Amino acid sequence: MAVITRERSVVDRPPPVPRRDYSKWARRGPLLPALIFLIIVTQLPFVATLVISFMKWNSLDPGSRGFAGFDNYVNVFTDPDLRSSVVNTIVLTASVVLISLVLGLGLALLLDKKFKGRGLVRTMLIAPFLVVPVAAALIWKHVLYNPEYGLFNGILNWLGFDAQPDWISTMPMSAVVLSLVWQWTPFMMLILLAGLQSKPIEPVEAATIDGASSFQIFRYLTFPHLRQYLELGGLLGSIYIVQNFDAVFTITSGGLGTANLPYMIYQTFYQAHEYGEASAAGVIVVAGSIIIATFALRTVSSLFKEEKR
Amino acid sequence: MSRIWGVLAWFAGIVFFAPVAWMFLTSLHSESDAATNPPSLTAPLTLDGYAEFFDAGAWPPLINSFSASIGSTIIVLLLAIPAAYALSIKPVEKWTDVLFFFLSTKMMPVVAALLPIYLIAQFSGMLDNISFLTLLYCSMNLPIAVWLMRSFLAEVPKEILEAASIDGAGLVTTLRRVVAPIAMPGIAATALICFIFSWNELLFARVLTGVVAGTAPVYLTGFVTSQGLFLAKVCAAAVVVSLPVLIAGFAAQDKLVQGLSLGAVK
Repeated sequence: MAVITRERSVVDRPPPVPRRDYSKWARRGPLLPALIFLIIVTQLPFVATLVISFMKWNSLDPGSRGFAGFDNYVNVFTDPDLRSSVVNTIVLTASVVLISLVLGLGLALLLDKKFKGRGLVRTMLIAPFLVVPVAAALIWKHVLYNPEYGLFNGILNWLGFDAQPDWISTMPMSAVVLSLVWQWTPFMMLILLAGLQSKPIEPVEAATIDGASSFQIFRYLTFPHLRQYLELGGLLGSIYIVQNFDAVFTITSGGLGTANLPYMIYQTFYQAHEYGEASAAGVIVVAGSIIIATFALRTVSSLFKEEKR
Repeated sequence: MSRIWGVLAWFAGIVFFAPVAWMFLTSLHSESDAATNPPSLTAPLTLDGYAEFFDAGAWPPLINSFSASIGSTIIVLLLAIPAAYALSIKPVEKWTDVLFFFLSTKMMPVVAALLPIYLIAQFSGMLDNISFLTLLYCSMNLPIAVWLMRSFLAEVPKEILEAASIDGAGLVTTLRRVVAPIAMPGIAATALICFIFSWNELLFARVLTGVVAGTAPVYLTGFVTSQGLFLAKVCAAAVVVSLPVLIAGFAAQDKLVQGLSLGAVK
């Protein structure tokens, strides 16, 4: 045993140590500032959140600060407002992602065809995504949804309908969802269009020669190729929309049963000053995000490996 | 058949663009024309909405937004380009793991880090300070920039680098004469995308800034509650604040997908 070990150590002896270390660190050098900065700014706060989530801490009542055990988590799970914000987050994210994926797929398929003014249509379709989110939410709230002088009711009036609904108070969640679908459909479209345009052309030509219908080509060739792009769009969309704050804050101010988790955390900490509970809710959001992120990372990594091949 | 697709695509384009077009048009109407029902399409045009928006103190938040967005973009590039170099041209061992660590930090919800960051700002007297916000925006954009820059630097052909080294070119010469010209469009696109993300950010700015360091999105939240006839002013504000993003976005159009998908899609 001892002999074998010694033998191996002789065979595997690394090149002279100082030189090797030097070249290793020379390679690592340029990476370190970015890595260290990122670890300090993004990882340490999560640790702090985890610690505070086990503390009793209301900044308006500093004397009562102390250890709370799992009390904050119990409060978060038993507080009906917080529970409904979990449901709202899921409803909001799922509906925005699914609707904008379907619309984005339709638009990407249209833009993949040749027609006059394709570049201009593409530019027009991207525009909603390039309006600053708060500005977009303000436009939807005041300029489109307003019951008295909003564009939607103006168009209804134009077309001769008597109905002048108050969109936001009668369907608050749909109002938020619709404004976000408008902003995120272009994102989905861009990802899916990139997927469509990277599709190899030969199998489609072969299938056409063999007499495949355009539906069959979509079902058996285009769709399987697009699948990973659909997954990527869905996952990235989920990661961004789970965190949405701007639309909820602007359109309904978290009222009318639309408060999602980010808004709820903002309110618990910024207005109610319940630091412990806000942190516990934060930890729960992180746990949820890790689940989505695991799938997202897997998809990105499979696209990444394909590219490297 | 293909004609139908074209018509459909144009129709969809117009439907999606309509709110943007309406925002522009309303911003050029007088307040009373902006608030008619049915809407007045052909009302006379005026710049009153813009004048009122700028008179009401819009410049300081716009300048804050510019300094936070441009400042953070420069710092991010300074950190990301060397890092991307160490992940592509002269890669460290296990470079894919490092790359995916960068990506995973982007997938964590920022809202969960909000409170500790607020407490740090409060403790160090950095509340309502634009430099602190700039630093946060750096951490928000660094992973995206590293991923993007890596995918751009990976496009520099190995053969050219080898040829340069055989010809005796040193590190500085190689970077200046070989890598930079190929990577320049990528650096520009990365900068534009980082700029957009910083410019759009609301949650951190809302919590960490106040009267002094408030950014343009924070200023816009002043319009959340209605203030009588103010549609033209809201639209003018939305147009002005969105204009830099619209310009940057259209300029980076080709690279936009790559940036938003964190480099996963070309």
